[in-house]
Amino acid sequence: MKPAPFAWCAPATLDEALDLLAGHADAARILAGGQTLGPLLNMRLATPSILIDINGIGELAGLHPDSAGLTIGALTRQSTLEDDPKLAALQPLIAMAIPHIAHRAIRNRGTVGGSLAHADPAAEWPALATLLGAHLLARSKSRGRRLIGAEEFFITHLTTALAPDELLCEVRVPPSPPGAGYAMLEFARRHGDFALAGAMVRLTSDAGGKLTDPRLVLFGTGRRASRARRAEAMLAGVSAGTALFAAAAATAATEIDPYDDLHASAEYRRHLAAVLASRALEEALARMNGKRHD
Amino acid sequence: MTEPSASPRPIRVSVNGVDHERTVEPRLLLSDFLRHDLGLTGTHVGCEHGVCGACTVAFDDQPVRSCLMFAVQADGHRIGTIEGMADGETLHPLQMAFWELSGLQCGFCTPGFLITARDFLARNPDPSEPEVREALSGNLCRCTGYQSIVAAVLEAARRLRQAPPARFGKS
Repeated sequence: MKPAPFAWCAPATLDEALDLLAGHADAARILAGGQTLGPLLNMRLATPSILIDINGIGELAGLHPDSAGLTIGALTRQSTLEDDPKLAALQPLIAMAIPHIAHRAIRNRGTVGGSLAHADPAAEWPALATLLGAHLLARSKSRGRRLIGAEEFFITHLTTALAPDELLCEVRVPPSPPGAGYAMLEFARRHGDFALAGAMVRLTSDAGGKLTDPRLVLFGTGRRASRARRAEAMLAGVSAGTALFAAAAATAATEIDPYDDLHASAEYRRHLAAVLASRALEEALARMNGKRHD
Repeated sequence: MTEPSASPRPIRVSVNGVDHERTVEPRLLLSDFLRHDLGLTGTHVGCEHGVCGACTVAFDDQPVRSCLMFAVQADGHRIGTIEGMADGETLHPLQMAFWELSGLQCGFCTPGFLITARDFLARNPDPSEPEVREALSGNLCRCTGYQSIVAAVLEAARRLRQAPPARFGKS
C-alpha cells in the first residue's frame, strides 16, 4: 500500500510541463489532484517511473467566462467551482453536478481536467462535457493546440483521444441557451459514491412550446457517458408531456450497454436508467417552465 | 528546467503553526510523513486509498486526504492535524461534544471526522441533520452507527453559534 519509487518533478510553467511530457511521454504520468492516480499508485496498480506534478502551474487553473461561454482551466479544483457564486447562473447543470462528486476532502484536491482525462464512465464530468457540447483543449510540443469535441474525446472506459505527449489544458463550455431547464439525477449507494446510474437533461423550447434540441445523457450505464439520440429525436419538435417522457426514457434505456459488477446487475442499471431519465425529464421541464427554482 | 528525480529532497512544512524541515523521498505519503517523520500519530491511516477519511488533515485550511498527497507537495504549505485542534488544555467544542455525546468508541476514525466537521461547520454553521450526514459521508466509522457522531456535530454547531472560539477554523 505504498507507491513504488518514481522520479518526480514539478514544472512551474505550462511550457516546461509540455517539454517534460515530450521528453518522457512513454514513462510519465501527469499528477494533478491525485484523487484517482493516488489510489492507483498506492495499490501499485499504476507504477509510472516519472510523475510530472502540474499543481504549481497557476495558468492551468481558473474560470474564464466570456461571450463564447465558460472556459475552465484543467487544474481547477472541484471545490473552487462548488464555492463560485457565479457558476449557478452561468452553467446550472455543472453547479447541480459538483456536490455529487465524491466528498468535500476529495473535491478540495480533485480537478476538472483530471476527471475528464481519467474518463470514468460513471463520473460526472464526462457526462457534463458530453451533454453541454464542450470542447477540450489539448496541448503538446508535437501537435501544438488541438481542440477536441467531447464526443470524440471520450473513446471508451478510461480511454480518451489524448496522445501520450498531450496535456489536457482546459474545457470550453458553450453558453447556456436562454430559458433552458436542466436536471441531474443519479443513484449511488452512499452520497459521493460513483453512480450506479445517472441521467442529465437539458430542455429548451420555442415560442410555441415545442421542445428544441432536447439533450439526454446517461452515465454509469456503459463504456462511456452517451447521449440517448433516439430518445432525443422522439422529444424534438413536440410539446412536452409526461406520457412522452416515459416513452422517451424507455427508449433511452435501450440505447445503453450496461454492465454487471459487484454493485449492480446490468438489468438493474437499465431499470435505474429509465426511471432516472424519466424523472430528470420531468424536473428539467418544471425548471424550464419556471415551476421549480431549486 | 526541473528534471525528474527520485532522490530525496528538502522540504519545509508548517504543521499546526510549527515549521519543520526534513529531507524526503518523493514517494513518501503526506500521512506517513506526519506520522513517521514528525511523530504526529494522531492522523490515522485506514484504507490508504482515499475512501475511509481517517487520514484527513487540513492543507492550507482545506480538508484533504493525506494518504493521497505526497510530502514533497506540502513543501511551503500549512498543515493542520488533530494535534493542533485543542487550544492547550481546552478541547475544541467539537472535541467536547464528541466526548460528551459518545461520538466515538474505538477512536480510530475520530481525527478524520473532527477535521472534516470543523471545516463543514465553518462553511455551514447551522446545518440540518441530513446536511451533517452528507458532509460526513466521506468518513467511515465501524463502531458507532453514526448516530452519536451526527448528534455530536449538531450539538457542537449549536455551541459554536453561541460562542465561537477565536482559533476556530484555522490550522
